[in-house]
Amino acid sequence: MTSRKLWRFHGGVHPPFHKEESNQLASEFAGIPAQLVIPMQQHIGEAAEAVVKAGDKVYKGQKIAVADHHGISANIHAPTSGKISAIEERVLPHPSGLPGLCIVLDSDGKDDWGDCKLTPYSDYQNTEVSELLQRIRESGIVGLGGAAFPTAVKVSGSLNKAVSTLIINGAECEPYITCDDRLMRERSAEIIEGIKILQYMIDPQECLIGIEDNKPEAIEAMSKACETEENIEVVTIPTIYPSGGEKQLIKILTGKEVPAGGLPLDIGILGQNVATVYSIYQAVVKGIPLISRLLTVTGNGIQRPQNFEVLNGTPISYLAERAGGYTKMAEYLIMGGPMMGFALRDDHIPVVKASNCTLFVSSTVLNESNSAYPDQPTLPCIRCGKCMDACPLNLLPQQLYWHIRARDFERAESHNLKDCIECGACSYVCPSHIPLVNYYRFAKGEIREQTETQEKARRARQRHEFLEFRKAREKREREEKRAAHKAALQKKKQAAAKARAATNGAAGDASDSKADAIKAAMQRVKAKKQARAQQAKKQTKEQTKPTKDAPGINK
Amino acid sequence: MRLIYGKMPLFWLYHFMTEYLLIVVGTVWVNNIVLSQFLGLCPFMGVSRKLETAMGMGLATTFVLTLSSISSYLVFEYLLQPFALEYLRTISFILVIAAIVGFTELVIHKTSPVLHNVLGIYLPLITTNCAVLGVALLNTQKSHGFLESALYGFGSAIGFTLVLVLFAAMRERLAAADVPKAFQGNAIAMITAGLMALAFMGFTGLIKAT
Amino acid sequence: MIAAILVLTGLALLFGLILGYASVRFKVEGDPIADKIDSLLPQTQCGQCGYPGCRPYAEALAKGEAPINLCPPGGETTMLALADLLDVEPLELDEEANKQPEVPEVAFIIEEDCIGCTLCIQACPVDAIVGSAKHIHTVIESECTGCKLCLPPCPVDCIIMKPLKISPNNWKWKPPHSIEKDYPVIPSSTESELEESV
Repeated sequence: MTSRKLWRFHGGVHPPFHKEESNQLASEFAGIPAQLVIPMQQHIGEAAEAVVKAGDKVYKGQKIAVADHHGISANIHAPTSGKISAIEERVLPHPSGLPGLCIVLDSDGKDDWGDCKLTPYSDYQNTEVSELLQRIRESGIVGLGGAAFPTAVKVSGSLNKAVSTLIINGAECEPYITCDDRLMRERSAEIIEGIKILQYMIDPQECLIGIEDNKPEAIEAMSKACETEENIEVVTIPTIYPSGGEKQLIKILTGKEVPAGGLPLDIGILGQNVATVYSIYQAVVKGIPLISRLLTVTGNGIQRPQNFEVLNGTPISYLAERAGGYTKMAEYLIMGGPMMGFALRDDHIPVVKASNCTLFVSSTVLNESNSAYPDQPTLPCIRCGKCMDACPLNLLPQQLYWHIRARDFERAESHNLKDCIECGACSYVCPSHIPLVNYYRFAKGEIREQTETQEKARRARQRHEFLEFRKAREKREREEKRAAHKAALQKKKQAAAKARAATNGAAGDASDSKADAIKAAMQRVKAKKQARAQQAKKQTKEQTKPTKDAPGINK
Repeated sequence: MRLIYGKMPLFWLYHFMTEYLLIVVGTVWVNNIVLSQFLGLCPFMGVSRKLETAMGMGLATTFVLTLSSISSYLVFEYLLQPFALEYLRTISFILVIAAIVGFTELVIHKTSPVLHNVLGIYLPLITTNCAVLGVALLNTQKSHGFLESALYGFGSAIGFTLVLVLFAAMRERLAAADVPKAFQGNAIAMITAGLMALAFMGFTGLIKAT
Repeated sequence: MIAAILVLTGLALLFGLILGYASVRFKVEGDPIADKIDSLLPQTQCGQCGYPGCRPYAEALAKGEAPINLCPPGGETTMLALADLLDVEPLELDEEANKQPEVPEVAFIIEEDCIGCTLCIQACPVDAIVGSAKHIHTVIESECTGCKLCLPPCPVDCIIMKPLKISPNNWKWKPPHSIEKDYPVIPSSTESELEESV
């Protein structure tokens, strides 16, 4: 650990951190719950498609859903062995509270891998980079810092570009959350190994691990683990929220700013969370796909706050029980931290790959971190400007608030609403307890919907115009056909008249021959009729002689 | 001073800078046509709801004002004065202004139909904008020369545009703010205009006299 | 006296010539404002405004023949946008005539009942129904604008309107509650406190 030059990003706040509640105990394995509920959409992009059906028996680590081919997606694996009880809609851990397609797995307690463990790469330094990338893709690894972007896509994008710095995010700036802290303390060697795999794949010039200075044990553990590595450096950064945001950490460690609307890759930087790196290690070296992660269960609403290693799809009620049950002060259940998390309605909802914390708190605790759940009344904006001082992206929250209040979304967008990371620093400092982040989330949804509606309207107008064009074309074609037909008929008549006039009804005339043919046919029919009538007369003469009772023979 | 007078070209430059710069500064800030002389209040209140339309109106008025103060000067100097017809100046200035506004309207209709639709009736109403006629008459009153008339017209128009744009920006903010019901709309706009006029009085000490 | 008349007439003639030339040189073809208006309309082509489609309504608006509050699918937002563009006062929307469903709806053909008559295909203004004679018809959900023009022509009444499914992908946050509810202008409690203290 050397002293490096560090930069500061604009703004930032210091909420009370509450880390000691849950970071004292070592992490435990939470256990295998009786039923696991695994949503198909746990990542950014398209939902995965189930490849099992109800009634199937699955092994631990078996692929139960494949990534959608049509876009960005990730595989999902069974966290334990058991039987698929159903594939149905269940409530998702999403702020909307809407249900989504989930695979419901009844565990059999045996935790049997069967033959589903992937082959470990003992010597990844001599393996093709494409194979390692395929292993990451196969294992369904997504960004475990909260964004859940499929890691294979992120890394493959950087393989063709020159990456100067690989940044490993161990900052964990949000209050209450300590899962990354415990991971770094307990499994530092594995994390460093994972970093070396990434270094082999993308070959950056340097690798920096950013850890906030309120985690001295983690800093020590990680520094010790990478003592012998030349290219990996642990950098202690000052504790401030939100220094764990990717763009903020990049600014702190390198002084570079990611361009608005761009990616860190545009300036030659790749960022990964420590937990993601640990999963890469598990997948490549141990052959274990992403089926579990460390998760913090904390807050003043739970008896024994601590960190668990949790299987994907574990219901939150199971975790609450494991942690000793609720206290009297449990009023809210938050998925995530108090600044950026969202409230859940009940505790049967499962945790997913991106879940890093379940927070059981009373409203007083929440009020000190976030005005989004106010029991305190919202007061008018006094235009003090504290929000603008706090914004880590140097935006103007006050202007955004006034414009969104007036429903002027165009002006709001021109004030760079798209760059807001919804960190909640502005809501935290607002003296009038205005839930500012809720305004921005609302505005972003409205703008997205407006853009979609406009696009739909444009398509509808195109289709309507084509319909008018098609109708006009059909009409025109019909007119032309009719005119052509009429003209042809006219020509024929004229030609016939001319010919008749020329040859005076000779037999060789084309139009006359038709009339002649008809006449001839009619004469033939007439002759036939006469012949038949004569025949009939002869027959009746013969037949009336011998038999008397044969009426109606001839018609 | 003696040195400057000695070098003739520099003298003219100095004269140019002070004389003409004074006119521009005077018309834009000190004797602002809207806030100090209270001319042109109709488009000031009528077109200032949105920033884009205010900008468009300001540019149109600039075009009209500059052209009309030049043309008015030319008409007065070379047509009315030689024939001792100064008493006809009001009506002939109005004729000049009406023609220029008509011409401007045609140009705007061609180049920016949206602006034309948005400005609507206020575009031909520039003819009756007392600022335009006022500037033309003030030029004759102060016996300005050609360049002075042009600069006076141009400076007044820039001052008009400046104040119009500032006022429009404020009105947009006011539309979204927590104004008490009794004051919403034109009432708070009038109060704001009054406060702006007060603020612009602070420029009075900028130059001695215009 | 003569000089005055001559001067004024001369001026008038001169300006008349200039304006005449300008009106020819700067002639405007077509109706570009109608295009801008058309881009604001929702393109449902439902005809509820009384005009046969969105483009005719746009042209009527451009000429100033129609009021801006006739479009039910566009609703309040479209009316305000039109007021903005044309710089007129926003008008009240007719509440019951403009009843729009909370969630956007799309048409759905119950395929068991469809007889393949193609009457709905001819009615759809955006060609969002696929099918041909004596074959089952179906609605392309992503292209349907919800105009309901296909419901009347169907002889077996097999078309219904279904609300668009809301999933976490297209769900949006509700607007935050307004401060007026939390902070009324005159809190009733302070009035009673004042009375007591006096």
